Amino acid sequence: MDGSICMDFGPYLLLASLEGAVQAAVLALTAVGLSLVFGVMRVVNVAHGEFFMLGAVLAWWISNMLTGSPLFGFLAALIFAPLIVAGLAAVADRLILKRLSYDPEATIVATIGLLYIIQQGALTLFGPDARPVAAPFDFRVSFPWFGYSGYKIFVILACVLVLLGVWALLTRTRIGLIMRATQFDRETAQAFGIPVARVYTGVFAFGAMLAAVAAVLIVPTQQAYYLMGLDPLLLSFIVVIIGGLGSLKGTVLAAAVIGLSDGIITIFFDPTLAKILSTILVAMILVFRPTGLFGTATR
Amino acid sequence: MLTVTDIDCFYGDVQVLRQFSLSAASGEILCLLGRNGAGKTTALKAIMGLVPPRSGSVVVDDVDLTKLPAHAAPKYGLGYVPQGRRLFSELTVAENIEIGLMATGQGKPTRDRVLDLFPVLRERLSQVSGKLSGGEQQMLAMARALCTEPNVLLMDEPTEGLQPSMIAKIREVVVALKQTGVAVVLVEQRVDAVLPVADHVAFIENGMNRETVPVQQLRDDPSLLHRYVGI
Repeated sequence: MDGSICMDFGPYLLLASLEGAVQAAVLALTAVGLSLVFGVMRVVNVAHGEFFMLGAVLAWWISNMLTGSPLFGFLAALIFAPLIVAGLAAVADRLILKRLSYDPEATIVATIGLLYIIQQGALTLFGPDARPVAAPFDFRVSFPWFGYSGYKIFVILACVLVLLGVWALLTRTRIGLIMRATQFDRETAQAFGIPVARVYTGVFAFGAMLAAVAAVLIVPTQQAYYLMGLDPLLLSFIVVIIGGLGSLKGTVLAAAVIGLSDGIITIFFDPTLAKILSTILVAMILVFRPTGLFGTATR
Repeated sequence: MLTVTDIDCFYGDVQVLRQFSLSAASGEILCLLGRNGAGKTTALKAIMGLVPPRSGSVVVDDVDLTKLPAHAAPKYGLGYVPQGRRLFSELTVAENIEIGLMATGQGKPTRDRVLDLFPVLRERLSQVSGKLSGGEQQMLAMARALCTEPNVLLMDEPTEGLQPSMIAKIREVVVALKQTGVAVVLVEQRVDAVLPVADHVAFIENGMNRETVPVQQLRDDPSLLHRYVGI
């Protein structure tokens, strides 16, 4: 490749890796929410992608309502969109999942229904158009070979920060201890004073909130529209199947692998090839290690 | 004091407990004996609220717990050592103990007192509980329950699979609890392990409490054991 016309392989790989890292970071955050909900509640939340979509659409709505600096609108969206999504998820948990006694099969069907309700609700309230959301700031990080969006680097750092926060919450706080105890044995957890129903509501809301945070962070590089939840849902499932349902460590690791490889393969080869490879990986994991790389059985 | 009156419990449509009753006074050790499948474990779960009774009542120290959620049980003085230990096996020893302390808002004095009862656990605090030996796991299960400072302690086969020295240790702790006024309900398969410490023995058959007798009566007339437990 002629360096004077096109980039050399090294810089090109760096660019692809940066794109992959953005995708991996957002995917990790989204998938951790899904994994947490499954791990603690044993609920396969098929509506998880719609919470992502709702976060993005609400980010557009909130930032659009507030005139002035895009930074102000973005910060408001980053605070309020996840809170609204968490609130809706908590209501959905109380009205739907709790009434089904969190039965694993019934909740799959119920969350499919929830998916359509949220999706059609967003269509009705916000319309079918794709909506742009302005990035809160606009600067480019200059590398010797190319310039790169400073906002995208911010997205990577913000996701890493939130993931570290989730890790600290789970491993360093009483709330985290309660969540982990509930995850390992819900009956014994109850016998030791843990209000499992309340923990479930909190975890479902928290999982949805993480998806919404990921959406608010990434939506300035995309556009918000009512069908955008499908891709994050499928990728999140791929990631949690590979990492092991309920394993946060596995989820983050798998998100890094899938996100980075997807970014790199997409730039060097073809987006379809990236999807084919991740599908083959999922199939192999399902055949040879059905619990995923770090998944464990629970009571 | 624990008073269970005429409780009926079901798994789906299958009735497991029928008009089951028992009582244990403060400082009393009541042993619940019966064959496999008689309903012993379900009886303890029903008292804890984990299998909610459809009728009847569970009263601890004059508080009716029957309609309360299961997670309220520790606050009203019920402690539980489940069958098979049921430790949070991926949590450390310290975290398992912390769960017990949190259940009723206990602190360091309780923790220290409990760890003094089981010194070996003090050396294993940072170890993942699933990696402990069987005896150590049973000690942790008891320690976790004692961290709730119970007035009534329900123990489901605590000597299961343990070596004699460990059984002796558990017996020693149970007797110490009795002396502090804790009522202990002990479900056991190993009659020889519990008769030396029990005050009364209740026999459960087909989900019903057939008979409750003083332990001395059993010593005098072992035929009851043969009738209800088959030994």
